[in-house]
Amino acid sequence: MSTASLVRPIAPASSLAHSLRIYGKETKYEFLKLLRAKSFSLSIIGFPVMLYVIFGIANRHVQQGGEDIAKYMLGSYACFGLIGAALFGIGVGLAGERTAGWLEVKRASPMPPMAYLLAKCITAVAFGIIIVSFLTMLGVAFGGVSLSARELVRMLGMTMVGAVVFASMGLLLAQIIPANAAAGIVNLIYLPMSFLSGLWVPIRFLPHWVQRIAPMLPTYHLGQLMLNIFGYADAASAASHWASLVGFTMLMLGASWIVFNRSQQNA
Amino acid sequence: MPAIALAPENHIAATRPIAAAHPLQPVATLANVTKRYGATTALDGLNLALRPGEIVALLGPNAAGKSTAVRLLLGLISATSGAASVFGNDPRDPATRVRIGAMLQVARIPETLRVREHLDLFRSYYPRPLPMEEIVRIAQLDGIESRFYSQLSGGQKQRVLFGLALCGDPDLIMLDEPSVGMDIEARRGLWLQIRTLADRGKTVLLTTHYLEEADALAHRIIVINKGRIVSEGTPSEIKSRGAGRKISCRTDLDIDYLRTLPSVTSVERNRDAVVVTAGEAERVVREMLLQDAALSNLEIASPALEDAFLALTSSR
Repeated sequence: MSTASLVRPIAPASSLAHSLRIYGKETKYEFLKLLRAKSFSLSIIGFPVMLYVIFGIANRHVQQGGEDIAKYMLGSYACFGLIGAALFGIGVGLAGERTAGWLEVKRASPMPPMAYLLAKCITAVAFGIIIVSFLTMLGVAFGGVSLSARELVRMLGMTMVGAVVFASMGLLLAQIIPANAAAGIVNLIYLPMSFLSGLWVPIRFLPHWVQRIAPMLPTYHLGQLMLNIFGYADAASAASHWASLVGFTMLMLGASWIVFNRSQQNA
Repeated sequence: MPAIALAPENHIAATRPIAAAHPLQPVATLANVTKRYGATTALDGLNLALRPGEIVALLGPNAAGKSTAVRLLLGLISATSGAASVFGNDPRDPATRVRIGAMLQVARIPETLRVREHLDLFRSYYPRPLPMEEIVRIAQLDGIESRFYSQLSGGQKQRVLFGLALCGDPDLIMLDEPSVGMDIEARRGLWLQIRTLADRGKTVLLTTHYLEEADALAHRIIVINKGRIVSEGTPSEIKSRGAGRKISCRTDLDIDYLRTLPSVTSVERNRDAVVVTAGEAERVVREMLLQDAALSNLEIASPALEDAFLALTSSR
């Protein structure tokens, strides 16, 4: 083919540098874009902070069955916050860009699709870490929470895990919900799911039927793994919580893949 | 307005030898392409070839299949049957996209990024991007590089999208309704940029429902309706094919006689003048002058492209 000979060869080393530059810029601008969108950044950070102040800080120095309530709530509101960042940042964000036609402009460019997805995922992790850092500072400064360095590091690690898990859920939601109703639908899933998993109020204060439903929800398993860092988790093994989260992520990614392929065939 | 060049000469010579090397080979083709969405047929056996350096306008009413043709050439969708080819490759192959720039109809792009940041990101996608200053100059973004997208006017937003299409210094540029939301002055500015691109050997495909735009800009107009090509040719060919030209004059010739002249499609009396519409105006005028030595106030007018366009698309 005459045109094939005109494709300019790119050396592997420079090709790798080129790819890294794309991934870097994509992530930087995705983060900047959301940080500057005050309707997103203020509510996504402000909401868990406000609730933690009301329910967590207000209960400082309260001990319940050997648990420090302010510390317990730090773990559960950390989960609540990072899940919101992932579901809204990816679910609502991607749905909006898809319907507005912006995703199509990007797809018409040589942007690697993975750069787009990874940038959104890393941004969700970054927002999760910002939220958890805020909550931790509040808890330590005003809630009388004592936290070891090891606990803090494990919390931040679990934040990354949680952000990736719920990023996969956001990816699926972005493809199946209409953009103009996306924020409402995500709230209808996110808020009840958080409540029923004991992320607002410790699970043992909730009715029995809720305690039976909770283990069916991924939010519950993330919450238990976070609380496990402080030694506050339920009787189930950490391995079973991990298995639930991994299974849930696989399910979300698999369903996303099927939905995506089906839409490609119809396009 | 200063003359606008796409890039310094040495830059052009270094990056785009394609058109010069293969002057006759089409840059992009749709070969007998049919595209169905369920029961709806968007394109029905469409054939299309873009030659290097030409500006082709796809003209047609809403839902004629213009955007579908562009999306096929961009590899965003697949044909139900037939083949799309760009630079000899499948447009769905990401490597092909490095040499294409696209301006699509977008409802909203991220509003909390600055113009410069949008361009910076898109430039990073290409191995040999156009320098930032060049993009800013060509797309007329001077002075608004630091603004957030949300702060721009409709016309400025369109220019940013045009700038994004130029980021990779592409050989083929596809513009889907590029001047929507622009005022007259901005639109003429954009036309100038598009002509400059073609002068530099770039191939341009644009869809438009502004007939004036196709007339002013295109080397070739392809009129499509209901997924089929209705007519194809230079703007003047399209005009003459559609409705013929209008001959207006004062004459004593009988109207019934005028109707019998070759290529005459209609004869009307307008106050004391007679208006004859004919495909071959020269032949008709010659005959009329021979028959009526007293014929006066002769005027011959080309129909607006709009009339031709309406005539072409409504008859199918």
